[in-house]
Amino acid sequence: MTTFRIKRFNPEKQPDPYWEEIDYDIPDGATLLDCLNDIKWTMDGTLSYRMSCRSAICGSCGMKANGHALLACQRQAEHLIKEGTDSITIEPMGNMPVVKDLVVDMEPFWDKVNQVKPFLKEEGERPEKERRQSPAEFKLIDDASTCIMCGCCYSDCNTLEVDKNFLGPAALAKAQRFVQDSRDTATNERIRELSESGGIWDCTHCAECVERCPKPAKPMDRIKEMMGVAIEEGVTNNNGARHALSFVKSVKHSGRVNENTLPLESMGYFNVKGLMELVPVGLRMLLKGKIPPIIHKNIDDVEDVRRIFRELGE
Amino acid sequence: MKFALFTGCVAKGATRELMMSTIKVAEGLDIEFVEMKSAACCGAGVIQEKNPLLTDAVNARSFAIAEEQNLDLVTICSTCQGNLKKSEQKIECNEEYKDKINHVLKDGGHQFEGGRIQIQHFANILLTDEAKKRLKEKVVRPLTGLKTAAFYGCYILRPSEFSPFDKPDDPTELEEIFEICGATPVDYESRTKCCGFPIIMMNKKASLDMAGNALADAVDSGADVIVTGCPLCHLNLDSYQPEAEALRKRDATIPILHLPQLVGLALGYSPRELGMDSHIVTPSVLEKIIGPAPAGSSHH
Repeated sequence: MTTFRIKRFNPEKQPDPYWEEIDYDIPDGATLLDCLNDIKWTMDGTLSYRMSCRSAICGSCGMKANGHALLACQRQAEHLIKEGTDSITIEPMGNMPVVKDLVVDMEPFWDKVNQVKPFLKEEGERPEKERRQSPAEFKLIDDASTCIMCGCCYSDCNTLEVDKNFLGPAALAKAQRFVQDSRDTATNERIRELSESGGIWDCTHCAECVERCPKPAKPMDRIKEMMGVAIEEGVTNNNGARHALSFVKSVKHSGRVNENTLPLESMGYFNVKGLMELVPVGLRMLLKGKIPPIIHKNIDDVEDVRRIFRELGE
Repeated sequence: MKFALFTGCVAKGATRELMMSTIKVAEGLDIEFVEMKSAACCGAGVIQEKNPLLTDAVNARSFAIAEEQNLDLVTICSTCQGNLKKSEQKIECNEEYKDKINHVLKDGGHQFEGGRIQIQHFANILLTDEAKKRLKEKVVRPLTGLKTAAFYGCYILRPSEFSPFDKPDDPTELEEIFEICGATPVDYESRTKCCGFPIIMMNKKASLDMAGNALADAVDSGADVIVTGCPLCHLNLDSYQPEAEALRKRDATIPILHLPQLVGLALGYSPRELGMDSHIVTPSVLEKIIGPAPAGSSHH
C-alpha cells in the first residue's frame, strides 16, 4: 500500500490548499496517471487534474511529484515512491496560479510563448513550392521543435521563482526555433529583443529545465545557443554578453578567469550605476582579504591554451 | 590515495580559503594531491556561450594532462565538476568529435584517450570506502550538535546524466559526510536550488532573491551553518549575504562553510587554519561546538 499525499485546493470551498492522504495499491506497471485515474474514477471523483493522450505526446498532465515537475503519464508510480518511505507527494506545477487541485492557470506561460513571436518571418515573394532546408539547417532547430508545451520547465525554473518578468525556458526554447531557422529573416531583430531584461541573459543556468523536460528540447541548451547568436550578431551592449566576452578574453590571456576585471568589464567601464553596485561587495571582500591578487597569475604552459584559442577562432 | 587536483579559478582567487582547507584535509587524511598547474579554466558554462568547441578542447587538454599522470581528476567546485563532466561525455560518445579535438591538441603535445581516468568531486573521494575509513578514524573533534544544512550547487546535480551522485533529485552525499563528522544534517527544500550567482552581474535583484530565499529557508529549518561544495555558491551566499533581502527581513545571519572546512574542523584544525577568518559572515556559531578559539593557536 502506498500513500499518495495530494495537495488539494478548491478556491470556492477552502481559503487555503490542504494535504490529503490516500492509501492506494499501485497495480504492476501503472503510471502515476493510471493511479490518479483509478483514484478519481473509483474513490474520489472530485480530484481534478488535466490529462489526455497518456503517451507523453500531448503535454497535458504536468504536475509535481516529490517536489519536481514531470508528466504523470511518463513515469511508473512505483519508481516515484520516495526512498525510506511508502509515499509519493503530488502537487500542482509551480510558478503558476492554481485553479483547482492539480490544475494550474497556464495563461502566464502562453503569454510568454506569444511574446517571442512564435511564427516565421519571411521576406520577399513566396516560392511556388515549400522553402527547403538542408538536414544541417534543420538539425539546428530539431531539438526545440520537440517541445510539447507541458510547462514542466516553467514550473521548476529557478529564475521565474524570483522574477516573473523572465520569459522562462519554454518560451525561450521556442524563440531559438525561429532565431536559428534558416528561413526566418528577423534573426537580428529577434535577438535584440531577447537580449533585453527578462530574456536570455537572465537564465541562471540551474539546468532545472533540462532536468524536467520530458523531450529533447532541453531549454537551457537552446538559451546557450542563442547567446552565441547574440554575440555573433554583435548584440553585445548588455552585461550578459560583456560578461561572456570578458570571460573568454581573460581565459585566453592567462588560462584562468580574472575575477577582478570580470565584474568591471561585465558592467562596462562607462556604466557608473552598475559599477557603483559593485562597491559594497568589493569593500566587504577587501576588508576580509578576499580580493583576488591584483597581479593575475597565468597557468603553467599558458601558451598552449592561447594556441588552442587562436586555432579555434578566438 | 593520489589524485590530480583541478583547483578551478575561484579557489585560487576570491575563495583562497577553499584551497587552504582542501590542502589541510588532504594532509589530515593522507590524500596526495598533485595540483594541475597547467590546466585551464573549465569554462564555467560561459565560454560555451561563445564557442562550445573551444570549451571542450580546453577541457580535453585538462583530461589529457591527468591521463599523462595516470591520476584520476578531482575537482573542488561543483561548477568545474559539472562542466568538465559535460565536456567529457560529449567527447567520449562521439569518436569523430574526439578526433577533431585531438587534432587541435596535437601541437601542444597532448592527446585525450578517454575512458582511463575518472572525474570526481572531492565529496565523492571522501565517500570512497578508504577515505571514509580514514575519516572515521581521524575525527578528533566530532561536531556534535552542529545543525548543518547542505547546499549542493546546480552543476553537481544537473543535468543528472553528468552528475557524479546517485540520486541528483534527492542527494544524500554531503549529508553522509556531515554525519561522519558528527554533525547533524538539516533537511530543507532549497538545498538543491540555484544560489543565483550566475546572474549576479545581469539581474542582481533576482540573483540575491535566490540567495536570500535559500538562506532564509535554511535558517527557518534551524540550521547553524550551511556547507557547500561550490565556491561560486559560497560567493553569493557569503560575500553577498548582507545584501540578501529575504534573510535581512529575518534579522539573521548564517555562516557558509566550504565542505573541506567542515571536515577540517572535525579533523581538529582551527577555524583560522581553515581560512574561516576571510569569510564575510563570521562563523561565531562554531564556538558552541569547538569553544572560543585562542588567537593563533592550532589544535593539530
